[in-house]
Formats: sequence, C-alpha cells, structure tokens
Amino acid sequence: MTFTISAGVAARALEVSLRVDDGETVAVLGPNGSGKSTLLAVIAGLLRPSSGRAELDGRVLFDYGRTVADDGRPHGGGAAGRSAGAAGPSAPFQRTAAQWVPPYDRKIALLAQEPLLFPHLSVLENVAFGPRSAGAGRADARQTARHWLVEVEALELASRRPGELSGGQAQRIALARALAAEPDLLLLDEPMAALDIAVAPLLRKLLKRVLAGRRSIIVTHDVVDALVLADRVVVLEGGKIVEEGPTRRVLERPQSRFAAGLAGLNQVTGTVTGHGIITASGMSITGPPDGAAVLGEAGVAVFRPSDVSVFRDPVHGSPRNAFEVSISDLEPHGDQIRIRAGGLAADVTLSAAAELDLTAGSVVYFVVKSAAVRVFPAKVFPVKAH
Amino acid sequence: MTARVNWAQFIPLVTSEPSLAALGLSLRTSAASTVLCALLGVPLALVLARSRFPGQRLLRSLVLLPLVLPPVVGGIALLYTFGRRGLIGSSLSVLGIQIAFSTTAVVLAQTFVALPFLVVSLEGSLRTAGHRYEAAAATLGAKPGIVLRRITLPLVLPGLVSGAVLSFARSLGEFGATLTFAGSLEGVTRTLPLEIYLQRETDPDTAVALSLVLVFIAVAVVGISFRRTAPRLPAAMMKP
Repeated sequence: MTFTISAGVAARALEVSLRVDDGETVAVLGPNGSGKSTLLAVIAGLLRPSSGRAELDGRVLFDYGRTVADDGRPHGGGAAGRSAGAAGPSAPFQRTAAQWVPPYDRKIALLAQEPLLFPHLSVLENVAFGPRSAGAGRADARQTARHWLVEVEALELASRRPGELSGGQAQRIALARALAAEPDLLLLDEPMAALDIAVAPLLRKLLKRVLAGRRSIIVTHDVVDALVLADRVVVLEGGKIVEEGPTRRVLERPQSRFAAGLAGLNQVTGTVTGHGIITASGMSITGPPDGAAVLGEAGVAVFRPSDVSVFRDPVHGSPRNAFEVSISDLEPHGDQIRIRAGGLAADVTLSAAAELDLTAGSVVYFVVKSAAVRVFPAKVFPVKAH
Repeated sequence: MTARVNWAQFIPLVTSEPSLAALGLSLRTSAASTVLCALLGVPLALVLARSRFPGQRLLRSLVLLPLVLPPVVGGIALLYTFGRRGLIGSSLSVLGIQIAFSTTAVVLAQTFVALPFLVVSLEGSLRTAGHRYEAAAATLGAKPGIVLRRITLPLVLPGLVSGAVLSFARSLGEFGATLTFAGSLEGVTRTLPLEIYLQRETDPDTAVALSLVLVFIAVAVVGISFRRTAPRLPAAMMKP
C-alpha cells in the first residue's frame, strides 16, 4: 500500500522520484521555483509529465515508459491493458502515454493555496461535491458533508456562501471538501501561505489532527509545517531532490544549504580532513568530525549564527575558524542583528553591531570556535527511487 | 420619434392584424434562433476557450465573420447554401424539404447574424472564470460532464444570459439577411423590421408606432441584460 512516482517534466526541468507509504505525511520543501507545485500538479493529473510512471496502491496513474530515473527493473504486474508495443524497450523517448488516468479517477485530492470554493454553491454543497460526484445521493452526500464540517469545526457555516467566509474559514471548508472526497492521497500546496499570520496556527493544529495516519504530501516553505505535520521531508531544489529523510534528522544534519537555512544553521560543504573539512576553494574549517565522517570523502560542516563572533581585524590563537567576508546585508533577527556575508550568517547584539559600525559592503571576520562546529558526512542523493 | 407617434391611434395601429402577425412572428423566430444560438454557441465557446487545436483561429474568424459581414451578403451566402439549387438545399429539396423563403429560413438568417454575440460573450466569461475551479472539481472526482453541468455552466451563467439576450435582440432587429434569404411573406417570413420598412411607404403612422414597440423591447432587453451582468458585491460586503 504505497504511492510511488518517478516522473520528469522536461519543460520545467523537473526530475523526481518519490515514495509515500500508507499513513505517512511527507513535506516537500524548497525555494520558489524549485518545482514543488509542478510536482503536485503531475501527481494530481493536472499536468502531463514528459516521462515516468506513478502508482497508487497498485493502480497505475500514468506510465510514459522509461525515464532517466528508472532503475531498469521491468514494470510488471497488473498491466493487462498495456499494449505490447508500448512496453517495448525500443521506444526510449516515446511521448505518448501507454497509460494515463485522468484526475477525476485518481482519488487524489488537492488543497491549494487558495481555497477555490465554488462560489455558486453553499458551504454544505461545496463539501458534498466530492461524494455527489462519486455517485452518492443528495441526502447521503449532505450527511457526509456534515460529518467533515464537524471534523473541521465549521458546521455552523454550512448554509453560508463562500463569499461570506473569512480566509481561514474558507480554507477549513476547502480542507473538509478535500477530505469528504475520501482521497487515497491528499495533496496540500502551501495551504497556510495565503492566510493571516494569526489564523495559520489554528489551521496547522487542525491539519495535524486530520493528517495523522493519513497519506499526504504537503508542499511548504515553512519549517514549522514540516516539524509539526510531516514524518519525513524532501528538499527540492532546481527540480531535483537534493535531500530527504525524517524531519528531525534533516533539520539537525542538513545536507543542503536550503535545509540548513530552514534549520537556521550555517552550512559549508567540502572534503573531510583529519580535523574538519576543506572546501573546494581551499578554505579549511576545523571542528570535531563525528564518528561517521570518513577521511577524504564529502562532508558537511554546520554551526549556528549565534556561535559566530564578528571582528573588524584578523584574530589568531586558540582553535578557531576565521573567515574574511564582505557583508551583503543586515537585518533584525529577534533582539539581535543578523549579518549575512559570503553565504554565512552571524547574529550579534545591537550594541556590538553599532560598535563595529557594520554596514553592507564592509569587510569583517567571522570567527567561530571549533567546538561549535559539527562535521558529518555528506550523503549523495541520486535521482532514483528507494 | 416619440413626437411623431400618433398616440391617439397607437393601440389600434400596433394591434392591427399585420402588425400583430409581424410582432408574433418576430418574437417566435427570435426565441427560436436564441435557442439555436445557445445550442450551437455553448459548444463553440467551450471549444474556443478551453482547448487548443490547429485551425482554432480560423474557426474563431468564421464564427465572428457575421459581425463584420453586411447582413445582405450573409443572406446571399445562406441562399446559395440552403436555396433550391444551393449546396445543401439541392439535397434537401430532393427529400422534399424547402428551406428558403420559409419561417425556418428566418430563424436560420437570425441565428447566422446573432451567433457571434453569444459566442463572444460566453467565451469571455469562460476565460475570465478560468479553469481553476474546474481543476479543483476534477481532483474531487467529478467527471467532465459533471464539471460542465455543476461548475462551468453555473459559473458562466451571467455571461450566457447576457449573450443570449444580445442574440435575441440582434435576431429581433435582423433585416437584410432575412429579406434576402426568407423574403417578405406576411405571417410566414415578414418580421417586424420588414413590416416597418414596408409600412413606411404606405402608412408612416404604423411604421413609427411599430418602431416605438421595437424601441421598448430593446430598452427592456438591455435593462434585463445589464441587471443580470452587473458586477455583484460579495454578500459579505453588503452586510452593515
């Protein structure tokens, strides 16, 4: 009972393999334009991929033949409908779908950034739309709709029109509507992005309850969503998966710069040496390598911005790392000032920032104690299913 | 024009037998052509707004052609298509079906000139509505037929209504194509505009009175159309 996809969308340079087990919630994280929404559109059937194959609990959703991500094992079993010609290895670049299931037959519901409630239907009829489309009678569909409205604590809104709802209410109704369709897989595309900052925590709490034990994929760029809602995260960058794993591990030992940024850590990649790592540009970072780091192999060093001290002049002595950097920008961060420079960040107090007379463009030294640096091995994520 | 109306005789003038026959015929044929416009126009607008295929621009140009074509030319085109020796008419006359110079011809002529109004109005509505609601409906398990019936058509209903109203109005005023293709037989093909034109020669009072009736109908039609398509404030904003 799993969902697997291995698909490419040539026009958007997307090449992704993903697997979601029954009852599992996977968060897809990534910067804007990394292909997160494209991935969801492909899974929902709203966008045709140029290659690949997807399966949900043994049902083939689409099969466009071999892909780059294909590991070569033959697709077998239950493919009675496939013609012999389409399955032949002689057509590696075929574009026509050997199999294609339209969105309405996939049992995959999509909750988008905007609720997209049908404006001409009442809240109750909106939620009853899925059951009605599946062939339920009017009374049965309404009964189901009421059940899901209770689930999202919005039964009292049943007779309203979508135009009379606030953003948070509308998104709750949209969630109820998606759940009422009883999808085998629920897709959530930044469901909190369009909401008021005061309303988002309420919806997140609600999502946590309804997503428990439900197979879902949530696209987000909020680390809180990933922590609260997801069992596992996948980091997408430039259309490729650059990192994946259990949420906590990804945030503690980020492999990608994006994940490190989410976790609020500075991250430097390089080659593991006896006392730290050395980057491709020859910069050496000392820090205690953990047991798993292998000498001479790719490694990652992370440290907190709050562990970085900022100096105007070079500093020597004791086991410290010093980087000469040029400040790119300064921004308030809590009760401190976050200084970004050379792809790294440092947090200093307001008085320290004033004393050092820091402005964008000034050259400073970021200094971090070796003890504050963690070094662990970098993992290579091939574009390939597990 | 109202100053020229013979008000004392207004009621008898517009209720004379030829006038009533013309008015009745006009209303019946216009209603029929509006229905025909909807039957042809809804699929056309859907195809033009929702799909992409080679020859789409050509199809759109063909649909819009009657807007810029002189109606008389349209009538001649119809005559050479559906006339006794026409492209399709010759086959139909073998079956004993005679279209030209019949009430059917009036409806066809009116449909020909009125169709673009419905298609343009509806296509605009479809494009404005976008397909995001339709995509949402599909992911909820709705098959295309259900999406069309329960989502697309209700969403574009204001556009469909205003398009139908405009088509009706255009059909009601149709003159050139009707005269060329259907002729002017009292009670069969002589619609109100033809009656007005003929009466102008012999009985200007009737012509002016009937013109005023058409003006009333036109004002009513525009009034209804505008009321239905005026942007409505969201209900939440209208609450105190």
